[in-house]
Amino acid sequence: MKRVAEILKGIRPEFDFTTSNDFIGDGMLDSFDMVLLVSALDKAFSVSIDGVEIIPENFKNFRTIEALLRKHGVQA
Amino acid sequence: MNFVFRKKRLTGLLAIVPANERSFLDDMRSFNSSESRSIKLKEMMGYDKHRVVEEGICVSDLAVFGMEYAFTKGLLKPDDFDALILVTQSPDHFMPPTSNIIQGRLKLKRDLFCLDINQGCAGFLIALMQAFLLLDQESISKVVVINADVISRKTSTRDRNSYPLIGDAASIALVERDSNDSVIYGNLKMDGSRNEALMIPAGGFRMPSTLETGVLQDVGDNNLRANDHLRMDGSAVFNFVQVEVPPMIESLLSFAGETMASVDLFLCHQPNRFMLQKLADKMKLPHEKMPMNVVERFGNSSGVTIPVTIALNLQGTLPEEGLQVCLAGFGVGLTWSSMLMRFRRLSFCELIDFPNREVT
Repeated sequence: MKRVAEILKGIRPEFDFTTSNDFIGDGMLDSFDMVLLVSALDKAFSVSIDGVEIIPENFKNFRTIEALLRKHGVQA
Repeated sequence: MNFVFRKKRLTGLLAIVPANERSFLDDMRSFNSSESRSIKLKEMMGYDKHRVVEEGICVSDLAVFGMEYAFTKGLLKPDDFDALILVTQSPDHFMPPTSNIIQGRLKLKRDLFCLDINQGCAGFLIALMQAFLLLDQESISKVVVINADVISRKTSTRDRNSYPLIGDAASIALVERDSNDSVIYGNLKMDGSRNEALMIPAGGFRMPSTLETGVLQDVGDNNLRANDHLRMDGSAVFNFVQVEVPPMIESLLSFAGETMASVDLFLCHQPNRFMLQKLADKMKLPHEKMPMNVVERFGNSSGVTIPVTIALNLQGTLPEEGLQVCLAGFGVGLTWSSMLMRFRRLSFCELIDFPNREVT
């Protein structure tokens, strides 16, 4: 959770992601940011998130991002 | 839907890009986007330079310039082809067809089958399919396929998710019968229920352009866009490509009795490098088999990115025995299509600039 929060902060430092349950709906992440986030997660956790998993539902909040990482064997 | 085309081949290709070049980072500086974020996007997506037409330049201008270049250089002869297919989403007018305008401006013969096709990212492949079908007629021995778009003119300069990556371009392909027993395999799928994923809402008869449709609206994050402008649901399009394209190509190869390994190059539409890398990973392809170097030089010019990819990567490099290539286009419609063929030496394969106007 802490590393994911740091990654998100690095992408959009102007937002406090801990206050939101819907990063996309609240306008904190757009489609470009999702790409940056996937790339950063791939690198930080040595995973390769599948292209079909790059959908807004998987990047809605910390819980969904952690669930996605768990699918790749990562305990964030 | 699968297709087989026998004894047809692509024999020449000319790609035309506007000389007018813009920089992704310069464009992003005019938006509410930090420099570090823009640099990261540049590295990840491959956005760098993009070519857009100057104000007032239309599809027929790019096409006529390219055709005149081809005539002057002896690549094509004005009376040597019997059909002219234009695939574009940005015609000069609703009517007449822009292919007729091109015919008229070039003073081409009247015995010429002119046809406009309204298609986007898969448009080059669809136009090739039409050309192959026309070549079954005895009266048609060669077909010129022009793919051209000037979508930058319908893109909001205040929409940072679209304008900094858009490109304009044109291509002229010569297609003719092949005396060899060549076989080209193709497939095509369409899903009109997702037509709104890539759309210019206003300007047709459903929503005519008015003063109101030209008013910029805040669509989030200080991005401003009007209904007269291109609207792209980036996430939906990305997901569509990742879900639909790999099985389409696998299905084509299976239909043709080939494998991923037997294909030398996968020449795909070029929306951005990240999307293509994820696509290659999904298909377990080494990245060098899928060129991804077009968007960084020229931007995303819809379906024209495929012929631009061919011209950029294969001019002067095609071996005598040829290459087995798989073309793939995917996007507007939604439409997705792929084609497997052997590229042998082309009689011409060039990439040229459409010059800027002289400033006096």
